[in-house]
Amino acid sequence: MTTDSIPVQAADARPDTARKIRKSAPPGGQGRRLFRYPGAGRQHHAGPLAYILLGIAALFSLFPLYWTMVAASSDNTRVTQTPPPFLPGPHLLDNLGKAWQDAALGKAMLNSLIVAGVIALSTVLFATLAGFAFAKLRFKGRNILLMLVIGTMMVPPQLGVVPLFMMMTELGWGQKLPAVIFPTLVSAVGVFFMRQYLMEALPDELVEAGRVDGAHSLRIFWSIVLPIARPPMAVLFMITFVHAWNDFFWPFIVLDMTNPTVPVALTQLSAGYVRDQSLIMAGALLGTLPLLAMFIVFGRQIVGGIMQGAVKG
Amino acid sequence: MAISTSTPSDGAPGAAPPTGTGTGGERQRRSTLLHRLDVRGAPYAFVAPFFVVFAAFSFYPLVYTSWISLHRVELSTLSLMEWVGFDNYTALWDDDRFWNALLNTITIGVLSTVPQLLMALGLAHLLNYRLRGSTFFRVAALTPYATSVGAAALVFTMLFERDFGMINWMLSLVGVENVDWENNKWAAQTAISTIVIWRWTGYNALLYLAAMQAIPRDRYEAAAIDGASRWQQFLKVTVPGIRSTIVFTIVLSTIGATQLFGEPLIFGQGPNGITGGADNQYQTLGLLLYEEGWKNYQMGRAATVAWAMFLLLIAVFVVQRIVKRVAARKA
Repeated sequence: MTTDSIPVQAADARPDTARKIRKSAPPGGQGRRLFRYPGAGRQHHAGPLAYILLGIAALFSLFPLYWTMVAASSDNTRVTQTPPPFLPGPHLLDNLGKAWQDAALGKAMLNSLIVAGVIALSTVLFATLAGFAFAKLRFKGRNILLMLVIGTMMVPPQLGVVPLFMMMTELGWGQKLPAVIFPTLVSAVGVFFMRQYLMEALPDELVEAGRVDGAHSLRIFWSIVLPIARPPMAVLFMITFVHAWNDFFWPFIVLDMTNPTVPVALTQLSAGYVRDQSLIMAGALLGTLPLLAMFIVFGRQIVGGIMQGAVKG
Repeated sequence: MAISTSTPSDGAPGAAPPTGTGTGGERQRRSTLLHRLDVRGAPYAFVAPFFVVFAAFSFYPLVYTSWISLHRVELSTLSLMEWVGFDNYTALWDDDRFWNALLNTITIGVLSTVPQLLMALGLAHLLNYRLRGSTFFRVAALTPYATSVGAAALVFTMLFERDFGMINWMLSLVGVENVDWENNKWAAQTAISTIVIWRWTGYNALLYLAAMQAIPRDRYEAAAIDGASRWQQFLKVTVPGIRSTIVFTIVLSTIGATQLFGEPLIFGQGPNGITGGADNQYQTLGLLLYEEGWKNYQMGRAATVAWAMFLLLIAVFVVQRIVKRVAARKA
């Protein structure tokens, strides 16, 4: 029994390891059945009640999105009848096309793509650089600076909007994309996330070996750190992309309808320019589609990334 | 710079300095200097971008906000700042809309945060079971997080529509009369909170789930031996085990609630959005800030509202600290 319990204990400490161990063990193997303590959730198989509750939760999560699709594929009279429709109608492409034009979504999509892409790239690059320095390099004031990084997570960016707006106007960036991009080029959460990852994943010996070979810091970063940090960089990229794509308050203030990002363009749909409910839903669907596609493809990685950041953060 | 091919002992600490010819020693000294410069300076260069951007676009504006709040500044003439001392603050204090917005921010904040975190805790507990299709349930729970405020608020505004909305239709099936979700104060605040809850419950659940999986199993074992029921184990082992994550999510949700903006704005569907409904029944501090600055063109006053938001946040954290300390003393 004691020998069996070792992998179980190890599995507890690290979710990743747990998954690996579970995969390598034969399904329904002895070790698993021997170790069922009452009460603790994870070693218990979920009962029917748990599945029912989880099903309800999944329904609650997904239904509004499904219904967006239903409404976007109907015409206005069908959407506004009682009882409301539950199945998709035949007008999806029509409505998507009209919403695309009415809300100037083409330009908005391109803008959002640029904004979210640039922000995600720069956040990942600078977070990896700083995360590496905080994790593996020794320098004076490191702890104080790290405390500062963590402290800045607590400061809501919204509190500086008035001067920020004045600044952007002065720079001539009003209604332009740099006004949205520059303030969010870095992220404290990102720095902390990369530090936590590199502390564990990057052995000190590897950095030292690079030094001994005479590599300078940037070279070590490029040849040793970057290859190791690729998985968390991908996760950080996706999470930052989602945030930047969905960011609303600041873009709404600094951009206008002639040059909006997607969330800003969507407000136009609700603001009475378009009265057709099915068109509004078509626009909402369009604005969400790129991220939904990303979730369908990379959902598991994004979930894993958020959980990984949480355990260590 | 190429990786040098010198023997490892060259750079190793404690290695005897080579006593070669003059030029060789010179080169050695130069490269040592460069090396030391690199080792000393590179860390600062690596962390610099973060601090430069943060200082320029977050810290400086935050401080400058307080200076602006002491002035009269109009949106059309941003460079003209007229010193008015604390006039903006006293005006805000005397403004009923401010107290209304403050109260709305608090009530919507409580209405959205408390159920959200409780549901996330329950959901995390369920996801922590050994599950078939656990990836599906996790991704499904997180999907709302991928939708923008814009899209989410538009959909829920329709679902909460008074005459043909699905929620009123479902309520009518159980005999509840049509609820006027927009014009009734509590109904509107509930609807807005629902949007927040929908978007963030899954995200918080995943944070809790990650923390739950790190709880050592022998704690459950010990509790079980002591005869604790499942529910008692949940209360006495699971919840204390993820306490720091719970505090973290409370902090995050509080910051989010203080800034609430997009949901009420879009829920108001246009003209009523900025004022938070015809009677300001769901105007938050975020909306008031925007109304003062970009509808009434008074940037100084908007800056004052920003400071009020900041003070509210600090007050919440102080209260939370006190509650925590009192609770710790009792325990």
